[in-house]
Amino acid sequence: MDPREAGMSEIRGPSALGGGWIRFFRLTWLVSITDFKLGYVGTYLGYFWTLMRPLLLFGVLYTVFTKIFRFGGTIKDYPVLLLLNIMLFTFFADATSRSVASVVSQESLVRKMQFPRLVIPLSVVVTAALNMFLNLVAVFVFMLIYGIHPMWTWLLLPVLLAGLLVVTTSVSMLLAASFVRFRDVSIIWAVLATGLLYGTPVLYGIETVPPDLRAVVNANPLAPIFEQARVWIIDPSAPTPADAVGHSWQLLVPLGLTLGLAGFAAWFYNREAARIAEDL
Amino acid sequence: MLPLMTSNSKAIWVDGISKTFRIPTQRVETLKERILNPFHRVGHVELHALRGVSFEVEKGEFFGIVGRNGSGKSTILKLLASIYRADGGRMFTSGTIAPFIELGVGFNPELTARENVILSGVMMGLTAREARRRFDGVIDFAELDEFTDLKLKNYSSGMQVRLAFSLLLESSAEILLIDEVFAVGDAAFQHKCGDALLRLRDQGRTIVFVSHDMNSVANYCRRAILLEHGELVTAGKADLVAQRYFELNLDPGAAAVERADPTGRRSTKPNPNGSSESPERGSPSVRFVEAWLEDEVGAPMTAIGAGNQLRFRAIVEATREVRLGPVAFAVNTPVGGHIFAVFVEPEERAGHPLGAGERVLLGADVDNLLAKGEYSLALFAAQPGARQKTVATRWDAASFEVTEGHPSGGLLMRPTAQVFRDVALTHEEL
Repeated sequence: MDPREAGMSEIRGPSALGGGWIRFFRLTWLVSITDFKLGYVGTYLGYFWTLMRPLLLFGVLYTVFTKIFRFGGTIKDYPVLLLLNIMLFTFFADATSRSVASVVSQESLVRKMQFPRLVIPLSVVVTAALNMFLNLVAVFVFMLIYGIHPMWTWLLLPVLLAGLLVVTTSVSMLLAASFVRFRDVSIIWAVLATGLLYGTPVLYGIETVPPDLRAVVNANPLAPIFEQARVWIIDPSAPTPADAVGHSWQLLVPLGLTLGLAGFAAWFYNREAARIAEDL
Repeated sequence: MLPLMTSNSKAIWVDGISKTFRIPTQRVETLKERILNPFHRVGHVELHALRGVSFEVEKGEFFGIVGRNGSGKSTILKLLASIYRADGGRMFTSGTIAPFIELGVGFNPELTARENVILSGVMMGLTAREARRRFDGVIDFAELDEFTDLKLKNYSSGMQVRLAFSLLLESSAEILLIDEVFAVGDAAFQHKCGDALLRLRDQGRTIVFVSHDMNSVANYCRRAILLEHGELVTAGKADLVAQRYFELNLDPGAAAVERADPTGRRSTKPNPNGSSESPERGSPSVRFVEAWLEDEVGAPMTAIGAGNQLRFRAIVEATREVRLGPVAFAVNTPVGGHIFAVFVEPEERAGHPLGAGERVLLGADVDNLLAKGEYSLALFAAQPGARQKTVATRWDAASFEVTEGHPSGGLLMRPTAQVFRDVALTHEEL
């Protein structure tokens, strides 16, 4: 008897999405919301900390770059730019660093349930994104108080967030899957994430970078996102990513890197998903 | 053609499935070696968890998978559940599968019972709304009505497994894979769980059940398979498979071979047709001709009153020249649980081998302490000497009934007991 003729379907083993799209999205959302709620269990100030952490970081960096290094003063609307950038970068740094050990720490789900493997790092990213949305509300309130006039380009923010989400998710998937077999990843990523903070125009504007280094900075997939955010949200006269590198074709480098990263992450995660339960 | 008309009664169809784990061997390397060869491949030991196992499970069947630790039974479940990927062979299913490898896997101790039920419900494939709707039923079954808004970390472990088991019953899957999750709560709750699983089966669900507990396998499963070292030993009716499991566990020779061979491959393969003879190389050296119980005057009997002596008799025949070792008369419950065994050493014959075809009569007279009920007698013959490998086994050699005696609530009659009550104690005595 051929079992397929009898209407049976083959069991093919674990996968990144396993169990269908609907269950996948339901699970991702529920796990994210639960993590979001649980993030502050046992703290007295709850969500307040999500806002306070980047705000305190902002306070320190703002003092350092306007009172000690003083270059902050040369950038138009530096306080709001710094605040916006810190909120965006905090999302990237939080999501990726929490993803690293996410699959390993959810060992029992992976080994004892039919659990779509991709849900685990993805829900970490979604939780971090929820925090970022709330923080961005605070940033926009702060911007209005500061005296930035609302612009129609604010409506383009979702485009930038989508780009940031793609890069963050890809990196998170790579980190979570490779950490299962190479525990060195967590140490390497701690260093690399700090490197990216300085290698991305978060604390400075791209025009501060010497011209011959701008192409290097702009090869970083995160850089054009932050540069464009500055133009659309805060200062329309700031250099766009294309202005910054001189030739718009050079933007193909970060774009290509982003797409390559996303493709590689999807392929790698899918390949590893089948073996995660055994390698843990 | 009407594709729906193809009457397919199979829920699971497993064909020659294999799984090999590569266990990295831990090697001590110096820092220098590590730096010079950072990508040096670590050595592996291959562990063959399953070797070409095939079986089929019918729809609506309660199917057992039994075997000793490390026999591969949990690996089968994890392959069916898409937790591991098989290395060889194919598996097919005709329904949604929900695995319960362990109870309460998705539970979060920081959440309340209510939140956990919803979270686990969604993990099992329900919508959040559906999970909320079924919440009352879950709590009701788990008998936890007073504790719904308590955080799970404040639950006792017994309460947690009760909640988890109640959730299992809410699974909408057509095929449930259940691994050793019967040790839930007290005896009454276990009974309730068993009944609930049988009700699921009666609704047409398929249940694949992995267990060490032969009583529950024999009680609940219709058919079962027995695995040993990743190979299928026998398949068939659950009670017969359970007996075969006991046989495998009782055979001290099998255990000795297992210890001597670290690759896990047994040199003696158990006899796959489940016959009563022990899996000794070649034909067995002795066989049991007959066994019976007799009364004081030597007449065979099958029913015995309380307090009388149980007189077991057996005739053993040598099939070739052999030295006879000890023979055990073992009294079992009908589902195969051992109650006690009496060993008979054929002392006079020590050193004098039996010739081929020669028969001896062995017997043991035992005080009858058994409570009212039905029992069966099993016989084992062992090699003489220190290793005492089992050379012949006969299950159900005879069966008998104890017809009277006061019920003690157990298998043995209650020993005479003096009971005290309501004796007032003075302060000094305390």
